[in-house]
Amino acid sequence: MAFQGREKIVQPLDVQRAPEGGEVGAIQSGWRLALREFMSNRLAVIGFGIIVFFVLFCFVGPLIYHTNQISTNLIDANQPPSGSHLLGTDTDGFDELGRIMKGGQAALEVGFFAAFVAITIGAMYGAVAGLVGGFFDSTLMRVVDVFLSVPFLFVVLILAVKYGATVLSLSLVIGFFSWQVPARLVRGEVLTLRERDFILAARTAGSGRWRLISRHLLPNALGVVIVNVTFQVADAILAVSYIGFLGFGLHFPNVDWGDQLSDGIQYLQDGYWWLTFPVGACIVLTVMALNFIGDALRDAMDVRLRRR
Amino acid sequence: MIAYLLRRIGTCIIVVIGVSIFIFFLLHAIYPSPARAVLGLRAPQSTVNAWNKANGYDDPLIVQYLHYMNQLLHGNLGYSYVENQSVLSLFQERVARSVYLSGISLVLAVVIAVPLGIFQAAKRNSIGDNIATSAAFILYSMPVFFLGLILIQVFALSFPIFSFEASQSTSLWTVITDWNAMTLPIATLVLISVAAYSRYMRSSSMDVLAQDYIKVARAKGLPERLVLLRHLVRNASLPMVTLIGLSLPLLLAGNLVTEELFNYQGLGLLFYESLEKVDYPVLLAYTLAGAILVVIGNLIADIALTIADPRIRLA
Repeated sequence: MAFQGREKIVQPLDVQRAPEGGEVGAIQSGWRLALREFMSNRLAVIGFGIIVFFVLFCFVGPLIYHTNQISTNLIDANQPPSGSHLLGTDTDGFDELGRIMKGGQAALEVGFFAAFVAITIGAMYGAVAGLVGGFFDSTLMRVVDVFLSVPFLFVVLILAVKYGATVLSLSLVIGFFSWQVPARLVRGEVLTLRERDFILAARTAGSGRWRLISRHLLPNALGVVIVNVTFQVADAILAVSYIGFLGFGLHFPNVDWGDQLSDGIQYLQDGYWWLTFPVGACIVLTVMALNFIGDALRDAMDVRLRRR
Repeated sequence: MIAYLLRRIGTCIIVVIGVSIFIFFLLHAIYPSPARAVLGLRAPQSTVNAWNKANGYDDPLIVQYLHYMNQLLHGNLGYSYVENQSVLSLFQERVARSVYLSGISLVLAVVIAVPLGIFQAAKRNSIGDNIATSAAFILYSMPVFFLGLILIQVFALSFPIFSFEASQSTSLWTVITDWNAMTLPIATLVLISVAAYSRYMRSSSMDVLAQDYIKVARAKGLPERLVLLRHLVRNASLPMVTLIGLSLPLLLAGNLVTEELFNYQGLGLLFYESLEKVDYPVLLAYTLAGAILVVIGNLIADIALTIADPRIRLA
């Protein structure tokens, strides 16, 4: 605020030109700079486009491309791609393209919801640990170490056997074992933030711990959290595909991409490529797009890498 | 150094105890007792209760945990009622095969990824670098089973060079010499690991290349090959030590999926089969073993790094 006032005085004095002679733009907020940096990264824009495409494909696609995904039709099983079934049919006679849309809904829903669960737990946990500090902090961090040492896929599989039936339960299972990294990141941010003057000011004004965390610390730690979210979604989508592939995922008639792929594997020798390769490509494209976005966001948030 | 080591080992023991409590309690919450597996689904509740009492499954959880850990420290990993065999003997049948598959994949991945990363950093933004980076990006986003599937389709079905099933022999020596059957499972794990390792190796090599001592080495007229060999390799490889320690859980997970895909009779496949049969003593023992392996792996990586890098003096 004080800065804007000074700018007004400076303007008439024609110091609008930087020493190099370039135009001095209006003072931009960090978020807008980050957005510009993000948009200048070609891979990130492509990645974002792919994600938008898949969201539309999976959620709007079934409204345009009507298929029967409820009753099996064994007479039409394993048909190659044709005019009536653009990607052929699977073992149960379901239209494969429609099935991929349905599986994609599950994959995306679980991916985003699990990431949301992980980030929420992790951010709160890290903020509390970092703010309170001391013995409490080191105890909480040892708990993070314990969770980091638990082999993720094994525990998630064990839980999925019992609780893997629905999108909601699967997301909770995955999210509950993915919050360690965001917890560490947020704690690190909070440790530096809490020494800053505005936190001191807020404390002096009488803010309680909860208000400090929700109003001051978490919004300022948002950068690292946002970068981590995209990686979380990517990892969760991969985790779902692993669980589905091993056969412990969603229950019939629900389906996810990994599940579909493992159903197609037994027909590999028969050359039924449409049962495996399109759905595999969907997994790879989605995860890769999210990784592109995550990498670009990390670069955009990192002030040191920002082009001046 | 000694003080640091002792403190580091102390933390490890605490973490191992924490992990064991967590995993034990979690599994017990899901599968309280193997009574049903032993007595059958139609056994009356009174028989189940009697069996639980006789075998200590109605003790307080903490007593059961201490009992289990006591047995564990004496080398007893529990008893699989489904297989009617001790968990230890089940592991012993298979552990060598899993160690071989993971071990050779890890070694090959490092042997490939380190020079590849250095090459990419030295020839930054060349065609070779771009191809390798793109390949790494794709592989990094690929589930292990899909990569294995592609390899099977190309190298076992379209061009029948290798077998699509891993060696089924129980003799480790036969497995090791059976290249026809083992190439694809090993290649699957190696490619997935190389994708992750080479990215880190590339970025750590680029960091090192920007250091002053590289400039000095070049300025004194050392040929580029020697600059890379003498000054870069050692320094750039240091982060790899930590990375390998951290990637052990991924390696175990990759092992599980690869063994399932290629039907390789290792520990991963045992875990998968136990999941299907809800054979929870095996699940418990294997998850615990995995967790302890991860903790020890990180400890070894940390110690190796302090020895290899004299700049780290964590007293």
